[in-house]
Amino acid sequence: MTALRPSSTSAAGTAPSTRLAALARRPWGLYAAVAFVALLTVAAIAPQLLATHDPLALDYPLSLHAPSWTNWFGTDESGRDLYSRVIFGARESLLIGLGAAAVGIVLALVLGSLAALAIKPAAVVVDRVVEILFTFPALLLALLLIAISGPSATTEILAVGLGTAPGYARMIRGQILAAKGSAYVEAATALGHSRSRIVFAHILPNALRPLVAVFALSVGQSIVWASSLSFLGLGVAPPSSEWGALLDAGRQYIVQAGWLIVVPGLVIVAVALAATTIGRHLQSYLERGEK
Amino acid sequence: MSASQTVDQRTADDSLDAELDWPVSRVRVENLRVAFLVGGVRREVVNGVSFDLAPGECVAIVGESGSGKSVTARALVGLAGRNGLVDADALEIHHADVRRLSPGQWRRLRGREVGFILQDALVSLDPLRPVGAEIGEALRLHRWGSRAARASRVIELLTRVGVPLPAARARQRPDQLSGGLRQRALIASAIALDPDIVIADEPTTALDVTVQAQVLRELEEMKRRGASIILISHDLSVVAQLADQILVMRAGEVLEQGSAAQVLGAPTHDYTRALISAVPTEGTRGSRLSPVPVPDAALTASAPASAHTGPILEARGLSKHFRTPDGGLTRAVDGVSFDLAPGETLGIVGESGSGKSTTARLVLGLETLDSGTVRLLGQDWSGVPERRRRRLRPRISVVSQDPLSSFDPRWNVERILVDALAASEFRGAAARRARAIELLGFVGLGAEVLERFPLRLSGGQRQRVAIARALAPRPSVIVLDEAVSALDVTVQAQILDLLVALQASSGVSYLFISHDLGVISHLSDRVLVMKDGVVVETGEPDEIFRRPSHPYTRELIASIPEFDPAAISERK
Repeated sequence: MTALRPSSTSAAGTAPSTRLAALARRPWGLYAAVAFVALLTVAAIAPQLLATHDPLALDYPLSLHAPSWTNWFGTDESGRDLYSRVIFGARESLLIGLGAAAVGIVLALVLGSLAALAIKPAAVVVDRVVEILFTFPALLLALLLIAISGPSATTEILAVGLGTAPGYARMIRGQILAAKGSAYVEAATALGHSRSRIVFAHILPNALRPLVAVFALSVGQSIVWASSLSFLGLGVAPPSSEWGALLDAGRQYIVQAGWLIVVPGLVIVAVALAATTIGRHLQSYLERGEK
Repeated sequence: MSASQTVDQRTADDSLDAELDWPVSRVRVENLRVAFLVGGVRREVVNGVSFDLAPGECVAIVGESGSGKSVTARALVGLAGRNGLVDADALEIHHADVRRLSPGQWRRLRGREVGFILQDALVSLDPLRPVGAEIGEALRLHRWGSRAARASRVIELLTRVGVPLPAARARQRPDQLSGGLRQRALIASAIALDPDIVIADEPTTALDVTVQAQVLRELEEMKRRGASIILISHDLSVVAQLADQILVMRAGEVLEQGSAAQVLGAPTHDYTRALISAVPTEGTRGSRLSPVPVPDAALTASAPASAHTGPILEARGLSKHFRTPDGGLTRAVDGVSFDLAPGETLGIVGESGSGKSTTARLVLGLETLDSGTVRLLGQDWSGVPERRRRRLRPRISVVSQDPLSSFDPRWNVERILVDALAASEFRGAAARRARAIELLGFVGLGAEVLERFPLRLSGGQRQRVAIARALAPRPSVIVLDEAVSALDVTVQAQILDLLVALQASSGVSYLFISHDLGVISHLSDRVLVMKDGVVVETGEPDEIFRRPSHPYTRELIASIPEFDPAAISERK
């Protein structure tokens, strides 16, 4: 007991505990998110590699079976394997999410840049347009578009993109204005550089740095948005196994076969979580780079 | 047990001495060491600080950034932080060992026994609370008096620190007060309970000289009333006003320690000598401030691209008004006129809000004039659109106070310098890179800096890169807006030496803007004194400093802390 010298205990005792602490500090959430996104990417590119059944093969005797060893996520009212349907639905769901996020960001980029950089009257007009768009709830905008052109994957992409654009446009505008007012832009002006050179060499690259992270966040959000539109029957039509459509179809059997709505719901949540996690890590990585 | 034994022994041995001529020491520090745990690694930041502080005495800890002076002050009041490891052979306040105090015991000690004045009053005061309530809080926490007694005590304290209209000021929030009033409110809260010991960490650093003079007078008054003051500062002229004892610190070590007269008058350590000679004053004009030699290459800096013989800059009646949030107008700059000759340095000196920086921006064409004209190299400059100004832009460049924010954060030094050569005669990547290396040579930096990002450079290196960038287009004039104000005094000395050398070799003109009269008088051929947007006095530094004609200039000059090491050594 008395022989236990403090230095020896600390040398022997801290090593495993610091290693454990270092292990705990690793971004396990990020690893899980990346792994999940990788899995979904495989599912989207080559679903047959992961699926256990034909997603469209009807097997009525097997209808509404609970999850089991053969049907991991159970079966639907026509006896189709839910796991395989989720896998085959990945492509459409992800494309809608990516597409909608891309539409939203590109639209926001145009509107935000114009609002911040165009000459006075034009900038004011764009600013007001963004503000007007902003006052509409995103869902209302989406519904309006679908009412005009009917439900389809393309409409869904445009609708979600249009719905999310105003928020991002405001963010981009703020970023550009901050860069525009910075001391390094002033220094470039004092060096006699032209306006276009300053915009492309300094303002845009600095203002748009966080956009990668925003895009990742937006993909997750867009998938949730698109799913809710499909759930309302305003998105992709039923034979497709897009995840929102799965939710919509499963809704009628919520009492007898809860898994039909729980499983696709969990997948949507997981995708949104993964995209958000990756986005947040990108964001803090970029911010650290600035410091 | 062993501790009490030594104490007993010492009291027995020394009791006679102590009664006879030993001052009662209020603070006794022996071999103070502070380390921080950074990511599990122990990093020593203070190593072996010792001093005794008697009533009515002031000990000053002097050093530059990173010297460990602030950490020392914080460690003395148990504020070293959670990962700070404080150790000392003795650490006594009022003869009580404070090394093992609990946070609660520390709280009782702070405020009542020890007052702490922090540097930045804006962040140290609660922005949402009237300052009177903030000061009253210190009293309330220590259960001082009744509510009514506390209210009148607050007014009394504000009066004591020289706040005019104390009753009205007590109801105002920090953002409604000027910097000087805020700092005085902070001092009032630190001395609310009449602590015997006051620790002041850079108490005047962010203040204008006239306000600094008021704060120093208040600290002197407290000292006269018997308070013991621990003053932390980088500014030797402030320290010279107040200190009886001085500790010079660098990188956590005490390099020199002794009475103020000894340290300032007859310094023994080279670093102390460098610190003292680095202080720019009117008397240092024409001599080098730093023992570090100016880079040889600086003596070969190329002449301005344009050989112009008339005035480089002609400013006539510059005026600029700003709209205040409440709809009124402030006259930031009002009728400022001056000429700048080739190779001349014109100093513009003034306190915050005097309009000196706005004048710089107007001259640079970064702000539009309300009225007046600026001509650059005899050509119209202020009256033409930016598109036509661009051709002349390379003739005028700028170095600002904060170089870091003036560099694109994504760019390394090479890109920054090459970018500044866009309009130059240097064409092609290789030629520009070679010129960038040459420019770095002028400012005493090597080619290895090219790959670095400004963020990874020291403050002095950054300012050198900013000067290299300003030299890149071979300008006729460089506007230096508080260009050395944020630097440590020894680094400032090197940069000032460099500026003088570069001007001598290239013949560039400087428009040098500063709040620091010492720097201005060291560097300028002519001086413009500004107050409230107006030039109140102009002339050669000799005339202005010896025979100021305007009352404001007189006040300004009277506020400069006396700094004459020879006089100090005679004083004591």
